[in-house]
Parts: sequence; structure tokens; C-alpha cells
Amino acid sequence: MKLNERSLAFYATCDSPADNSGFLYKRGERHTAYHRRWFVLKGNMLFYFEERDSREPVGVIVLEGCNVELCDSAEGFAFAIRFGGTKSRTYVLAAESQAAMESWVKSLSRASFDYMRLVVRELEKQLQEMRQGLAGGCGGTREPPGPWKPKPSGSEERLPALPSILPKENGCAVWNNVPGAQRPPDPSGCGGLDEEANPRPPPLPPRRRVSNNGEAASAGAGSPSTFCRLHEQYSREVARLRQDWQQRQRGPRP
Amino acid sequence: PRVPAVLKKRLVKLVVNFLFYFRTDEAEPIGALLLEHCRITKEEENVFSISFIEEPERKYCFECATEEQCQEWVEALRRASYEFLRRSLIFYRNEIQKMTGKDPLEQYGISEEARFQLGAHRQ
Repeated sequence: MKLNERSLAFYATCDSPADNSGFLYKRGERHTAYHRRWFVLKGNMLFYFEERDSREPVGVIVLEGCNVELCDSAEGFAFAIRFGGTKSRTYVLAAESQAAMESWVKSLSRASFDYMRLVVRELEKQLQEMRQGLAGGCGGTREPPGPWKPKPSGSEERLPALPSILPKENGCAVWNNVPGAQRPPDPSGCGGLDEEANPRPPPLPPRRRVSNNGEAASAGAGSPSTFCRLHEQYSREVARLRQDWQQRQRGPRP
Repeated sequence: PRVPAVLKKRLVKLVVNFLFYFRTDEAEPIGALLLEHCRITKEEENVFSISFIEEPERKYCFECATEEQCQEWVEALRRASYEFLRRSLIFYRNEIQKMTGKDPLEQYGISEEARFQLGAHRQ
């Protein structure tokens, strides 16, 4: 299957900050020998390079629909990225320390696009509820407003624009925006201002809709309880795996 | 920019930050485009293009059946990158923190995750 490899390589090597990086040992596909590679995690893509200063990645693992588990291995500090499906490969990796292993398992477990989308939807919902509570005279908010003081007229509530620091956070990211805009494109397409000529609030994160040509992957229910449960699940799993691993340890680390 | 002379009919599927394309009668995709650091441009009627930051003159053009469909795709694709999602998250996090004085990620125990931080020094 063709991929826009140049774009992938660009994403891997551009100076946008990585979510995790470091040396890991990767077990070969056919032979069980481990090779030390430099790994860079960006978003839902785990790139690996032959050397830390290699100009291009050797390969990439797309972290959607996978499970990250600890594993029994003579190598120690080993963990696996497992995909469903009969044709899918399991990637076995090994870190160089307990701390590194835990850090990688944690960051890989949360790397999927779906996970990020879940968190965003949760926050979006919270913010919406807060704003609705404010518009209704602040009686309906869940959270105490804190330093915010209620204004007499609801229409004075100015929905904030994105903080100006955002486009600089990731020098490459501005490219994806409408030119000249300091924020993501407006979903309704009717310009950047609302009725009161205030800057329109940033659009809600993408709703995956069914298009004529196919359906994009959809995340779970997106309700707070789903998110909380999912989160609980992740933390319990990590805690349990850690416990298992510690119990299986014999003797000093190599 | 002009629509290229040869147009091939493809089934196109947006899944997370990838745009897959298929021959209309096949189950396996021919290829995929990773939608990070790309620009989605509305071209002439029914047409949009995708180009990538490292090769801006190269455009992948797509012609849709209707203008409405074209607009839908443009909007969907502009939001399709992981990096866009990350920016949205940081934005909402900041807004909620400003309104409540509390970091909404704390209750989930993920406020220290490098992934959710603003700024260049996250390692």
C-alpha cells in the first residue's frame, strides 16, 4: 500500500516536539534478535530510526486500535504493542530501565487519535456546560466559577479567541490553518465573526460524519461516564501489569 | 491550479489522520495519505486539493460530485490531523482552567503528560 512517505518522514523529523523519544530494543520480525533503535513518538505515530541522528526513519508503527502490554522476556523491561486481526504483527520492544519502560508504556497507551478525541470531547462538553450555565445566569454551572464574576447582561459574555501563543507552539502546525487565521478554521464557513462582531469561538472538534464516500472511524459514546470508565480502565490495567511484572522479577537486573 | 487531465474514480475514506483511497471495486486500499502538516485548498468548483508542507507545489486533487460534498470534505480534512486535535485540547484545557481555576486534566491524572503540554520542551 502506498503512503506519502516523504510527508511521514517530514513529520518524524521536523522540529515539532515529540511526545516521547529514546532508545529501545526492537525484536526483529523473523529472527528474535533485538536491534537497538532510536524511537520517536509523535501523536499516534511511533517512528524508529537506525541512529539518533539518522535523517529518515527506518519504519513507523501507527498506534490505532492496539494494546500495549508488558511481557515475559529474557530481555527484561520488555513490552509489546499488539494489534487485533489475524494478519497483524506484534511488536516487541525493550527499554533500558524500569523507569523508561513505564514511561513508554504510559505514553504509548495514550497515543491513539481515538484517545485524544475522547479527551477533547470530554473537555468540550465541560466547557459547553459551563458556558450554558453562565448564559443562564450562572445558576447551572457544575464547577464554581472561581475568579470569574457574573456580568449583568448575558450578551457581554465574550467568547474568547485562542490564546495567541498557540500558533507558535508548533511551528509547523500553522500550515494546516486557513492563511492568516490565528485559529482553526470555522466549521460553519460563514466567516470569523458572530452576530455581535466578536471573534467567533474556535470550532468544536471534528464530528465524524458519514460522508457519501465512506465512514470515518468513530470514537466511543463520548459521555463523561464513558470517558471516566475508560480512564479508570487504563490506570487499573497499567497498575496491574506493573504489579505482575514486579512479582515476576527474579534477581538483579542485568 | 487546474484539475489534471486524467481523473481516476476512487473511493476515499477518512480514518483518524489518514486519508485512504481505494479502487471502487476493491476492499484493500491502494494507498493512504497521512494528514499532518498539510494544507487543504478549495480549488475550482467541486474540487479541493491537499498539499504538504515539505513539497507545497505538489497537489493531490480531488473532484467531488457536488460543491456541498466538496465543502464537507474540506472541513473534515482540515480537522483531521492529530496536531489539530492536540491544539483543541490545549485550548479547552486553558479555557476551563481560566474559568474554574482548576486544571480539568487533573481529575484524570494526566495533567503532567508531555502530550498535553504547550511549549517546545516536553521531553
